[in-house]
Amino acid sequence: MTQALKDLGDYIAAALPGDVLATDVNRCGELTLIARAAAIQKVMTFLRDDAGCLFKQLVDVCGVDWPGREARFDVVYHLLSLKHNQRVRVKVATDEETPVPSVTPVFSAAGWFEREVWDMYGVVFTDHPDLRRILTDYGFEGHPLRKDFPLTGYVELRYDDEQKRVVYEPVKLTQDFRSFDFLSPWEGPGLLPGDEKASGSDKIGGNS
Amino acid sequence: MAEAKIQSYNINFGPQHPAAHGVLRLILEMSGEVVERADPHIGLLHRGTEKLIEHKNYTQSVPYFDRLDYVGTMNQEHSFVLATERLLGLEVPLRAKYIRTLYAEIGRLLNHLLNVTSFVFDVGGMTPILWGFEEREKLMEFYERASGARLHANYFRIGGVAADLPPGLLEDIAAWCGTFPQVLDDIETLVTENRIFKQRTVDIGTVTPEQALDWGFTGPNLRACGIPWDLRKAQPYEVYDRLDFDIPVGKAGDCYDRYLIRVVEMRESVKIMQQCLAQMPGGPVRADDRKVTPPPRGEMKRSMEALIHHFKLFTEGFHVPAGEVYAATEAPKGEFAVYLISDGTGKPYRCKIRPPGYVHLQALDLLSKGHMLADVVSNIGSIDIVFGEIDR
Repeated sequence: MTQALKDLGDYIAAALPGDVLATDVNRCGELTLIARAAAIQKVMTFLRDDAGCLFKQLVDVCGVDWPGREARFDVVYHLLSLKHNQRVRVKVATDEETPVPSVTPVFSAAGWFEREVWDMYGVVFTDHPDLRRILTDYGFEGHPLRKDFPLTGYVELRYDDEQKRVVYEPVKLTQDFRSFDFLSPWEGPGLLPGDEKASGSDKIGGNS
Repeated sequence: MAEAKIQSYNINFGPQHPAAHGVLRLILEMSGEVVERADPHIGLLHRGTEKLIEHKNYTQSVPYFDRLDYVGTMNQEHSFVLATERLLGLEVPLRAKYIRTLYAEIGRLLNHLLNVTSFVFDVGGMTPILWGFEEREKLMEFYERASGARLHANYFRIGGVAADLPPGLLEDIAAWCGTFPQVLDDIETLVTENRIFKQRTVDIGTVTPEQALDWGFTGPNLRACGIPWDLRKAQPYEVYDRLDFDIPVGKAGDCYDRYLIRVVEMRESVKIMQQCLAQMPGGPVRADDRKVTPPPRGEMKRSMEALIHHFKLFTEGFHVPAGEVYAATEAPKGEFAVYLISDGTGKPYRCKIRPPGYVHLQALDLLSKGHMLADVVSNIGSIDIVFGEIDR
């Protein structure tokens, strides 16, 4: 199975040179393609129509935020081929400004998924027929699944008895949000304080 | 006589409408009685599940999955525990696999019983929903006896299930499997050949196989279009490859076929449950890996190491090696999948939930265009949506 996926990855990469930047089969036996964002429509059309692929179904599109990276967002597409009983994952990288071409002309199912990625991460899609927010409230500001968006959000909602309507207010917590540090070295400590002198490393293990 | 000019107008359907199956707000552009465009507004039940999971450890994330599709809750947990187990490379004991399969099928019955009967209720049949809920109540008792909760079970664990089944439960499930087909027959005599029901559903919301693939249909809605695709057969997980069952496939892809598929699937589920009961092996129900599953209570009283493991598991949780995985299961509504990215710490870096209902609801415009207003209700009922999972 893994070998078949490797071959498939090589086949796709050979057919789309310059558009598919890398292929990888991970330890869970899943094929991942890294594609160039500007070429995503071409890659998707190839994956859908080529006789060796026939990934007729777009099952999922989602965003991932990596704030440390220059192109901080990944847009991840999951495709399914009923004919060959295989799945493939396609990733493209982008940042806040650079738009990604929408794949709605290739797969109608992408419509809401891309709206969700826009809503949650603020990734812009060009040529999308209807790029509105989808899951958040009317008039919501911000992109809640970004890593720099706080879990508690910025505003909270309550019913105002005098105005007879629901109002937004800045969020007030009776207790500060507690983020516990779970990164203690359970599997045995790495470097203990003092070890850096012996190894020459300046990194101290644990989380003092 | 001057020609009357008909203007198109908008109808606001929901969010508080009994046929909206939850909090669906639907903006309908009408031309007289005919729907020209249906624009669902969702998100009224959005709770930020994915964000919350990023702030919880893996064990604490499981209960959030119950709160997605609250109709057949364990099926959601299933995708998440499978995803985590694949990242960990964890092998689950056989008995746990059988128990999970058994409860996944109970979840399917819970879901289809609700959907089929409430669908009939939406188009005017009152009796089946009362019978269906009686059976659902019995099934939820099986949930309760295994997990302690009727709905939000939190029963599946990474590495197995929370606890072994209590004595006598398997016998009672077997007895129920014997009586249930009769109830299903009763429901079918009322509905399947019912003239009014057929008038409301046959040739309503027809989807061609090409459209179904293009719009990402999965589960019963895809099979109703004539595509024999079921993850339990195609990409078997747990013990589905050891069991003998059939995949019902429709022809027309209309509301009526979607109803029929679910009814036949219920009969198949009973078959699967009976095989699970017959083949149920003994043995442990949790993986024997102390870095992931907590030690038994008794051991903690004697072993210092067990005590340490227990403490660490319930404060810090376990660490999952870095990597990513996409784990899909055949949930009652279709392909319910979890795309999990781990960065090697005790919390998921990203946990994308792929709800089947989200995709199906997107196609409501396709289903309803050109039909009458009343047919929108049939369409909503037949695609089986629950807002817990759509809004997440």
